[in-house]
Amino acid sequence: MSKGAHNAQEPVCSAAPDLTKLKPYGDTMGDGKVQISFALPVRNDEKGVEAAIRLAKKMGVEDPSVASHIPLDSEFTMYIIYGCLTHSVDYTEIHVSAVNEKVMNMEAVENYIRERIGREVIFVGASTGTDAHTVGIDAIINRKGLAGHYGLERYEMVQAYNLGSQVSNEEFVRKARELRADVLLVSQTVTQKDIHIQNLTELIELLEAEGVRQDYIIACGGPRISNELAKELGFDAGFGPGKFAEDVATFAVVELAKKLTKA
Amino acid sequence: MQSKLNLDYALVAKARASAARVAEETQGFIEEHTTVAVERAICRLLGIDGTNIVGAPLPNIVVDHLLEKELLSVGAAYHIGNTMIETGFSPQQIAVEIDKGALDIAKLATNPPEMAKAKIAPAVDCAVKQISNNAHRRKKYLSEYGEKEGPLLYVIVATGNIFEDITQAKAAARQGADVIAVIRTTGQSLLDYVPYGATTEGFGGTYATQENFRLMRAALDEVGAEQKRYLRLCNYCSGLCMPEIAAMGALERLDMMLNDALYGILFRDINMQRTIIDQYFSRMINSFAGIIINTGEDNYLTTADAVEEAHTVLASQLLNEQFALKAGLREQQQGLGHAFEIDPEVEDAFLLELAQAQMAREIFPKAPLKYMPPTKFITGNIFKAYVQNALFNAATVMTGQKVHLLGMLTEAIHTPFLSDRALAIENARYIERTMRHLGEEIAFKDGGIIQERAAEVLKKAAMLLEDIERLGLFATLEKGVFAGIKRSRDGGKGLSGVTQKGEQYFNPFAKKMIGGPAV
Ligand code: B12
Repeated sequence: MSKGAHNAQEPVCSAAPDLTKLKPYGDTMGDGKVQISFALPVRNDEKGVEAAIRLAKKMGVEDPSVASHIPLDSEFTMYIIYGCLTHSVDYTEIHVSAVNEKVMNMEAVENYIRERIGREVIFVGASTGTDAHTVGIDAIINRKGLAGHYGLERYEMVQAYNLGSQVSNEEFVRKARELRADVLLVSQTVTQKDIHIQNLTELIELLEAEGVRQDYIIACGGPRISNELAKELGFDAGFGPGKFAEDVATFAVVELAKKLTKA
Repeated sequence: MQSKLNLDYALVAKARASAARVAEETQGFIEEHTTVAVERAICRLLGIDGTNIVGAPLPNIVVDHLLEKELLSVGAAYHIGNTMIETGFSPQQIAVEIDKGALDIAKLATNPPEMAKAKIAPAVDCAVKQISNNAHRRKKYLSEYGEKEGPLLYVIVATGNIFEDITQAKAAARQGADVIAVIRTTGQSLLDYVPYGATTEGFGGTYATQENFRLMRAALDEVGAEQKRYLRLCNYCSGLCMPEIAAMGALERLDMMLNDALYGILFRDINMQRTIIDQYFSRMINSFAGIIINTGEDNYLTTADAVEEAHTVLASQLLNEQFALKAGLREQQQGLGHAFEIDPEVEDAFLLELAQAQMAREIFPKAPLKYMPPTKFITGNIFKAYVQNALFNAATVMTGQKVHLLGMLTEAIHTPFLSDRALAIENARYIERTMRHLGEEIAFKDGGIIQERAAEVLKKAAMLLEDIERLGLFATLEKGVFAGIKRSRDGGKGLSGVTQKGEQYFNPFAKKMIGGPAV
């Protein structure tokens, strides 16, 4: 074990991390310690353990040790592996796109709308496609909100419509038009086999086909949604876990104000 | 079992009586109506199966034809019997001819109902026999291998591909699972037909089809023979096709079915009239087939708070019990649901969970209670999730729950991997083994937190049922009492499939099946 082992005489106190070569930390700076677990479709024997070790090495893990190998069935085995990661990343070079520079609270959003938009802003949201999960979209829209963050229904200067779940994209677009929405909010929870990607893509395609994509600010959200993913799919923004009404409200009203001044 | 909670049994009786009156009042409405799904189930039981060239199931072809010709109020059974008399076709041939456009039932002469009844009697007896043979076969397996004492370990498979599901199910069975539930794909509950054949593409679950049932049944029987254990198979008898799925499950020897009187209304926005009629016939079939139903009260706590709304779970269990009894389901077939869903940040949450679980045990002493693991407060921290599940397993064993749904450490991330399930089974078996008789060794303090909590929940449930009795079931659902979800009487999906029964209506299976289980 090259870097983790120390000579007792060597006066190594807890070193500052080298952020240009960032690595996992176990109990000694730079040790690169990781734990990995996975199953292989092979029987539980020495050969299987060796296969797991080789896979770990290919992942860039040095000195992988199989801490446990557990048979799951005659031809399936699970491995728990510890080792040291040889890879590192340059932390100082990383830039992520935050949706908002600064999040406004409810009052600030209300005032912003009064001053910059001067009329009520209409939000229409739903859990779309075959998705029946409503807790996420309810957290954003319903009055009560979640974890002390009030939902959009409570905001003054906002009219919010929650269409519920299993709303087809066609129905959603129709309702958006009928309610004269400014902002569309889509929630997606089921992600198995990328069903959410299909469904979200379909919505954008539908809006484009009808030539109304630019009429709306569109955000999506859900446990597996990131801002990057959302933008890739043609949405204006995406919101994952830990985001609440104020996050999307801030984004939407700022964007809307920009759009209105442009128009 | 001796009461540990010092419950007020007079109040329990009162609450139960309220629930019974709600069910009784609703029953009148049920008896006067039928639905497209009930009629399709009858078609299936009469032997109509398969699809046409564009993949539409033949039971739909027949029932849609009757609907279009405004003949449904007399029932599919009458028309099939009558058409058999008039054409000499078998039920399956009738379906094929209608599909070809070669047969218009409205144009046939009509014979008296008694003659139609007599004509289909052999087909009716054949289905009834097949279902009771299945029930006998299950019983034979159970007496040969013996029934497991203690909780039945229940795990889900949900890959979307029935063949992958089989791989996962066999492994789980060898790891010690007792019940395999094949979760349905998202969206199936809103289909007003049952897909056909073996399927390999589902999302968050696998299509419930009769062929998928058969394939999984065979796989579990195979591992069961190897292990000398009877492995139970569970699926979902819910959504717009409740009675049809019950019929398919009865024909393919499923052992358990999710089958709630209210779930579809609350969680899938299916019309309440439709669901309440459908649940009745589906439960009648389940009852006769010896199937244990699982009810869905646990789901309430995913949208409503488990501390504040605990009494709605008990109230709903009492309602589900009464609706089940009406359909002939014995208490031993009623896997009434509840869940371990209190926020782990709440002080003494574990005590409150024990109170709720023990209360359910004492109020429904014969029911194989279905206990759902924590899901809502499981996060991506899989290590913490494993501990949450361990506490849940302890509560299960201490309070003698029967259908023990195992929590997955990856609950917040994906449907279970093979290894997730293995770890869950290991956790449950460890706790079951080491705490086996803990429940019998301990008593709860008189007037302590646990007893007081149970008393409070019972009191609120009894009050709620009194309100429901006054309002009636439909108005209660309109008010949003359960899971905080409001539904309107004429809203939701599937109302157009509800039809008032005509005077000559008959359902030939109802009479044969209502007596209760075949064995
Ligand atoms: C509650 C729940 C249910 C309830 C839903 C009740 C309801 N009315 O919503 C019930 C029991 C009905 C249910 C059913 C199913 N479920 Co479910 N369910 C869950 C559970 C336990 C919690 C989800 C939840 O409520 N989270 C809390 C909310 C507040 O979090 P959130 O959605 O992430 O929302 C936050 C952010 O993401 C964001 N956000 C969300 N949406 C939006 C939208 C916008 C515009 C913005 C700005 C922000 C935003 O803001 C919120 C607040 O911070 C999870 C497991 C888990 N612990 O996560 C499984 C889970 C989501 N379910 C799952 C599945 C598969 C299903 C079913 C498909 C199973 C089946 N085959 O029948 C069915 C659904 C059928 C269908 N047609 O969709 C899987 C999904 C797997 C996957 N990755 O694909 C999970 C992960 C469980 C699992 N491991 O299998 N489920």
